[in-house]
Amino acid sequence: MFVGYFTERPYQDFESGWVGATGREIEDLGMTNGDYNPRIGAELYNRYLDEKVYAEEMGFDGLMLNEHHSTPFCMGGVMNVEAAILARITKRAKIVLLGNVLPIWEDPLWLAEELAEIDMISRGRLVTGWVRGTGRESVAHNSQAPFNWERFQEAHDFVVKAWSTPGPFRWEGEHYQYRYVNPWARPYQEPHPQIWIPGVMSRNTVKWCAEHRYPYVMLATEIEPTKQSFDYYDEVARENGYEASTEHHGYLFKVHVDETEELAEEAGRKYISGPANPFLEGNQGTVRSNLQNLPGLTSRTQLLPTVSTFAAAARGRQAERDAALAEQDAETDKQDADAFGTYEEQVNKYSIITGTPKTVIPKIRHVLEELRPGNIFFWDGDGAMNHDDAMRSLRLFGEEVIPAVREMGKELDLKGAFEVDTQTGAPMSGD
Amino acid sequence: MTTETETHTQIAVEVAGLKVNALQDGSGPNIVVFHHSTGSPGWIPFYDLLAEHHTVTAIDMPGYGQSERPAWARHPRDIAILLHSAVHKMGLDNDAHMLGMGFGGWVAAELAAMHLHGLDSLILVGAAGVQPEEGEIADVIFYEFEEYVKLGFSSDEAYAEVFGDEAAPELKEIWDFSREMTARLTWKPWMFNRQLPYLLGEVETPTLLLWGEQDRVTPIGVAEVYDASLPNSTLQVIEGAGHLVELEKPQAAADAVNAFIAGL
Repeated sequence: MFVGYFTERPYQDFESGWVGATGREIEDLGMTNGDYNPRIGAELYNRYLDEKVYAEEMGFDGLMLNEHHSTPFCMGGVMNVEAAILARITKRAKIVLLGNVLPIWEDPLWLAEELAEIDMISRGRLVTGWVRGTGRESVAHNSQAPFNWERFQEAHDFVVKAWSTPGPFRWEGEHYQYRYVNPWARPYQEPHPQIWIPGVMSRNTVKWCAEHRYPYVMLATEIEPTKQSFDYYDEVARENGYEASTEHHGYLFKVHVDETEELAEEAGRKYISGPANPFLEGNQGTVRSNLQNLPGLTSRTQLLPTVSTFAAAARGRQAERDAALAEQDAETDKQDADAFGTYEEQVNKYSIITGTPKTVIPKIRHVLEELRPGNIFFWDGDGAMNHDDAMRSLRLFGEEVIPAVREMGKELDLKGAFEVDTQTGAPMSGD
Repeated sequence: MTTETETHTQIAVEVAGLKVNALQDGSGPNIVVFHHSTGSPGWIPFYDLLAEHHTVTAIDMPGYGQSERPAWARHPRDIAILLHSAVHKMGLDNDAHMLGMGFGGWVAAELAAMHLHGLDSLILVGAAGVQPEEGEIADVIFYEFEEYVKLGFSSDEAYAEVFGDEAAPELKEIWDFSREMTARLTWKPWMFNRQLPYLLGEVETPTLLLWGEQDRVTPIGVAEVYDASLPNSTLQVIEGAGHLVELEKPQAAADAVNAFIAGL
């Protein structure tokens, strides 16, 4: 079993009004960086790096980073810089990037070079991972949304070729063109670092991932839909002539361990306070759906029925609309009531696991039994959690939780992607 | 192919292997109409008003409405070239006034730049396509698409008069579908072509620039750049109208077009 550590590295400014219920709005792409304080940024970048180093000491196999843009919930806009530093200051753990937002790279050759350098500096500890990104990322770097999926696939093919085919060669693609591909940096690992794909639900990404036999890491999704995605992966695997197993399945979930149940709950509640990922239920931020649902990010290619009446069609809807509005008002009241229960609900459905090692370990076991992932990441130290919260938890992970999880992994036969080669199914020499 | 429908004639031609559809009605000199980025609205009252004196052919631009998507197209100029062919196949290329609204105005301007002598006139209604000196063309990315359409009117009340407080789901579907096609054709820069003003210098076609006084989508500065670039243009502002002049003030818009054509 592969056990990794993750935090989304939120930008925490406790004076900003963005932490706790201060009434200041946390709206996706609706906050100005005029309020960004680089002094706070400096402390946080260093803190998160320190915590990663400690996570390695405490026995984690992997240090996971992620990338988002123009948002306070993740400071990893250029996570490759953090990865490069970790490559130098850590010794053993894999550096797991989940993931670079491929379609927004105008020059993926540069990405191939950066990742190869990180792999060399770390002497072969890079695990690379790629995502399509949310609408926010396409907006932030102005990447043409309708071609997001095409660009993802082409950039992937290109980077893999740049890594594994001796140059120079020419690349005249649909979205990327190069007259001379011959980067003077090649990955330390042969033929290239492992590629893992993180995701949420996108069926075509799961399909593509299974076709490539890459591990698919579900990001903090609920248990039932996660199972369904793994099942779909396995189905595609069979269609492609192989049996997927635990090494192909990854799962990131929120686990915080603490010294007492009281401290654990106090810290656990911080997951959903502050500028934490507004996509996740219960968090204080709001997402602007139009920015997530960019034109063409999900393609609609069918021809539409003729509308001859246009405006008349709309007027006819007015009565329906008024009725719907009345209903909606009633619904809004109900939602407000629901919102109160969110932390408890998340605890009840294993979306947040928090407690002392004694209470946390059986819950982790439940998740592992349900999902059978060979690669897991504990998501901790997030939201409004401070350095002390993070360090207490890391220590207890190292002292009690990770050893217990490794036993479970053996007992449940959950092999990770560094124990079994996902491409061939052959056992690996446990590095 | 030509089919008589209950009220309008439906025309379909094939261009570059793709079906291009149009609706036609009226009699008299030809007006060819290109719609907004939000898609083909079907047959609207504005067309009826034009059809009192003209034969109006409202084309679904390739990739919109009932016209098939050219998956390879990357710029409004690609659409203009296809429409050049479509208009030719419909027999309208040497005797027509070309009217483009919003994004369709940009396409019409591109077409005019490559078809210098075939058009009787060019009518650009709140057209995109050139960069204003001040301000910017509204970016659909930052709006819920119904909000974006609302921005096309002088006020929410004016929107509600046409669409009700909230548009029908099938309309929203059209807007969503259309904005995807638009995003395939313009992205960087958004809604204009830096080369176009230079090319328009050679377009001697008489041109009417028809703008809503309260256009919040393509600011009047866009019209001013068109006016400065085109050697033979007239700018006319419709009082009280927003960007979607033809929906908000159909009579005033049609009067302006009819008078402009009559005066040529």
